[in-house]
Amino acid sequence: MKQKKWPETWQEVNPGCIVFTPGNASTYKTGSWRAQRPVWDNKKCIKCGICYIFCPEACIHEDKEGFFSADLDYCKGCGICAHECWPQAITMVEEV
Amino acid sequence: MGRRIGMEVAIAAAEAVALCRIDVAAVYPITPQSHIAEHLSDIVHDGRIDAEFLTVESEHSSISACAGASAAGARVYTATSSQGLMLMHEILPIVSAMRLPVVMGVANRAVSGPLNIWNDHTDIMPQRDCGWIQLFAENGQEVIDMSIQSFKIAEHPEVMLPVLVNIDGFQLTHMIEPMEMPTQEEVDRFLPERKPFATLHPDNPLSMGCFNMPDIYMETMKAKDVALINAKKTIIKIWNEWAKLFGREYRPVESYKAKDAEVLIVTMGSMGETASVAVDEMRKAGKKVGLIKIKLWRPFPVEEFKAAVRGCKTIAVMDRALSFGGAGGPVATELKSLFYHDKDRPRIADFIMGLGGRDVRVEDFITMAERASEKEDDTYEFLGVRE
Repeated sequence: MKQKKWPETWQEVNPGCIVFTPGNASTYKTGSWRAQRPVWDNKKCIKCGICYIFCPEACIHEDKEGFFSADLDYCKGCGICAHECWPQAITMVEEV
Repeated sequence: MGRRIGMEVAIAAAEAVALCRIDVAAVYPITPQSHIAEHLSDIVHDGRIDAEFLTVESEHSSISACAGASAAGARVYTATSSQGLMLMHEILPIVSAMRLPVVMGVANRAVSGPLNIWNDHTDIMPQRDCGWIQLFAENGQEVIDMSIQSFKIAEHPEVMLPVLVNIDGFQLTHMIEPMEMPTQEEVDRFLPERKPFATLHPDNPLSMGCFNMPDIYMETMKAKDVALINAKKTIIKIWNEWAKLFGREYRPVESYKAKDAEVLIVTMGSMGETASVAVDEMRKAGKKVGLIKIKLWRPFPVEEFKAAVRGCKTIAVMDRALSFGGAGGPVATELKSLFYHDKDRPRIADFIMGLGGRDVRVEDFITMAERASEKEDDTYEFLGVRE
């Protein structure tokens, strides 16, 4: 049987809500309510990594070529990366 | 057999806690609790017990330090009073939600303002709903016994909840009383080493005090409520065990000359002693008056209370706190709600008494019992207030 990700009934709640598998918050996707997503224009990107540094969700990653992108499972679309990107390589695009 | 002692009750509370082999105490002194903090600090610094005494900067920190130490597996004690308890308020439901067996002594004192350091129950009543087990001690012996029992109750695998012992400020804390102090061997036999459900340790990482989304918070609250309600049977079991070992019986609700009583006085804490003298006098005068003392306030012993008052027509409740602008004092409103669906429910008369250290005399209980049987309306009244 597949193990339940989290308790469903009150009887299944661990005493004190203790989580015995540390780091399992990463399996919980939190990006679903994003209204806008960041889109990178790699022609303008200078690979400075300032978007990576400022992302409050730590969901921006560097690829093999040194360009950046956001993990949309966790990105909330706050736009801080776009605001901080001084070559203006990031645009916030509406989610539809 | 324990040792017969004559001792100030606050000092005796600290001695009793020391017998429980605590690992950590984080206590911030506040009148009238200070003697507990000071004496416990002496015991630790004299090397009589192997414990840490944390000199924290506030009560918010003392209860937080207790939560952390308890989560790491330590046996933990703190004590406070009045404003200190109010400052702890934010952390109290967290400690119970994390199911940490912290034990706390509360030297009950009025809440400011105006500033008043004397005894009533206005500090504990705002903490009523914090999910802690709450006991009320009536005399010095009960303070010693309940302090020791509390650790066993709190740490029991079927409970795992914090316990607080209400000790009326000055009226109990500063009295020198004859008491029996159990020996170390007796306490060791009664109280096993703490075996935590889970502990914080770098070798075996886990998360405590986690976040709940709306889809699980209600289930968590239900689980906490059931845990607190279920704690009652373990409390009674532990009290029975105590009676076998020490010969002193404890019950969630105690009765005194309650059989055939037409009026039953209800008290919590030290006033039970004064009330029992009043009951004796009224019985001598041929009046059928008895006394009910609530020892377990949370979880509330519904069945035990109903059984104790069965057949009685009038209940006179002493409330030592009030809900400003509400339907009555916290004890009376609680009792009224218990009987709402009962056909033969008793009349419950609510008297606000002894606020901020105002003396409550034997005569006041006699007046209260008389007024309760005359009272027509359902309102609460202040007894002993100047008009």
